[in-house]
Amino acid sequence: MLFLYNGFRGMKKAFEVIDHTADVGIIAYGTDIEELFSNAALALFSLITEPESVERKFHLDLEVSSEDIDSLLIEWLNELIYLFDVKHILFNHFDIKSLTHNGLKATCYGEDFDPMKHKIKAGVKAATYHMLKLDKSDDGYKAQVILDI
Amino acid sequence: MARWQGQLIKIDDYRWKIPESYKTGMRVPGLIYASKEMLESICGEQTPEQVANVAFLPGIVGYSFAMPDIHWGYGFPIGGVAAMDIKNGVISPGGVGYDINCGVRLLRTSLSEAEVRPRINELINALFHNVPSGLGSEGKIKVSQKEMNQLMVEGARWAVKRGLGSEEDLDVTEEGGCLSGADPSKISDKAAKRGMPQAGTLGSGNHFLEIQVVKEIFDSHTASIMGITEIGQILVLIHTGSRGFGHQVCTDHLRVMEGAVSKYGIKLPDRQLACAPIESSEGQDYLGAMACAANYAWANRQCIAHWVRESFSKIFGKSPEKLGMRQVYDVAHNIAKIEEHTIDGHKLKVCVHRKGATRAFPAGHKDTPTCYKEVGQPVLVPGDMGRCSFIAAGTQKAMTETFGSTCHGAGRMLSRGAARRSMQGRDVIRELENRGITIKTGSLPSLAEEASQAYKDVTEVIDVVHHAGISRKVAMAIPMGVIKG
Repeated sequence: MLFLYNGFRGMKKAFEVIDHTADVGIIAYGTDIEELFSNAALALFSLITEPESVERKFHLDLEVSSEDIDSLLIEWLNELIYLFDVKHILFNHFDIKSLTHNGLKATCYGEDFDPMKHKIKAGVKAATYHMLKLDKSDDGYKAQVILDI
Repeated sequence: MARWQGQLIKIDDYRWKIPESYKTGMRVPGLIYASKEMLESICGEQTPEQVANVAFLPGIVGYSFAMPDIHWGYGFPIGGVAAMDIKNGVISPGGVGYDINCGVRLLRTSLSEAEVRPRINELINALFHNVPSGLGSEGKIKVSQKEMNQLMVEGARWAVKRGLGSEEDLDVTEEGGCLSGADPSKISDKAAKRGMPQAGTLGSGNHFLEIQVVKEIFDSHTASIMGITEIGQILVLIHTGSRGFGHQVCTDHLRVMEGAVSKYGIKLPDRQLACAPIESSEGQDYLGAMACAANYAWANRQCIAHWVRESFSKIFGKSPEKLGMRQVYDVAHNIAKIEEHTIDGHKLKVCVHRKGATRAFPAGHKDTPTCYKEVGQPVLVPGDMGRCSFIAAGTQKAMTETFGSTCHGAGRMLSRGAARRSMQGRDVIRELENRGITIKTGSLPSLAEEASQAYKDVTEVIDVVHHAGISRKVAMAIPMGVIKG
């Protein structure tokens, strides 16, 4: 385990970054499924840059759909990866408006990537299904995702 | 991670078999090419389990192969080779990888180490300036949607038509730099949008551009046919792929394959092995899209090779022709190809998945370029930035044993995080400079992730494929200058 990140919601653990030979993985936590998705997105951007360096200058409404909750998580992360790759947008706050097993609506807050301001740690190219795990326990939700970098 | 405890049967010093009986559902055995010492590290992770998992895929013929540079990948191991009968077999995007047609191109020069070393800083700076690299790097060529459609269909020729290179480059590129069957209608809007701004860029991660010095020639006849004639000769190696475009194509089609798995009732031990029958619409759509990404990667390496030639020309004040800057070869090492192979005396059309594996066709094969008909197709095997790279040649044994395939590189041993931690507090740039290697990078953290310690020694990898007979060692070169994205 590389480090723990407390996120912006007090002391509760939001996510961890884990090692994987070829690439890198994240484990995200959430007391509910919305928080899990929000923390997974935050974990993704923590791999790309320092989330603290990102200001909430604008927001973007996103809609993602998929066949089941596992692939919805992958689609959600891939949508954010796409927005960074093509539009160079960094986000650090995610307001999940609605979430079902087939679809998600969220408002994402952030700003355009600025090479003078944002340190780039890694280029994340895809969220994969490899070793994908999404579990619910008494403590809440937990998801593991391996990312291709 | 837990050590793999499964059953391995020694065939000889370089071949280890995972019997079909290891796991119910395996259709063929697994075959790992490795020395006894390498096997130790291979079994340190669950990689052999992935070799066994690939053997579940419908239509797989012969073996689920693993090259000695094998390491843990997504679903398929990296360094895996699997051939599926096109009649009843499947195609799996995971068997190609995210970076479709990630590959290597080698240029030779008539320059010597003595001529280049004094000007290495200038040269590296010129290359860094001339070849867009790094995360989110955007190209200096602007590609419109219409041009993107042409690029996807034409591959390297698209660049040659624009004056970036010559016909001769295409002759010494796998598939002539253009995989047939490319179908831009199978490319999502998202994939095209990721691809257009990134055409003609090196990218980041493990991609690089390297100025090398020939250090050893093992087979002088074969080497001379490849234009490698002297110790101290300067070569240039370009390692990159299809950038965000290939990743989006893979992501898009994996999603389609997810549906296909249940539609066709395919039983898989790992979700990332998602696949569809080759002849199904989902399979054909992926093949059409994959060819677009493969062609994008060939166009990409073609553009970069041109800018490399321009940079040398500028520094040395001579034309690329006068500097003898001709292409040795260009290989894909993440790709699936429909090929004809002879199995038990019968000709069979198969879809060969090479994920982190290189085609290694022998002398005399119809797809081996005319100039290499006598010696076999060049195989380019880059090592890590601190050690060395090899040039090898394809063999008849590869053709009969591994569907004409061999290793692709060193193979990762440490995760990126572990590599970074092992290098903590050390000056990677200074350490390389002390060994005569000048490096320029846009990202220091990613440089530490690519340190030598993170990789297997490519010398051991090449020795295994050489002794196993699936390639012949031709020459070895060491880095003098490196650009890392």
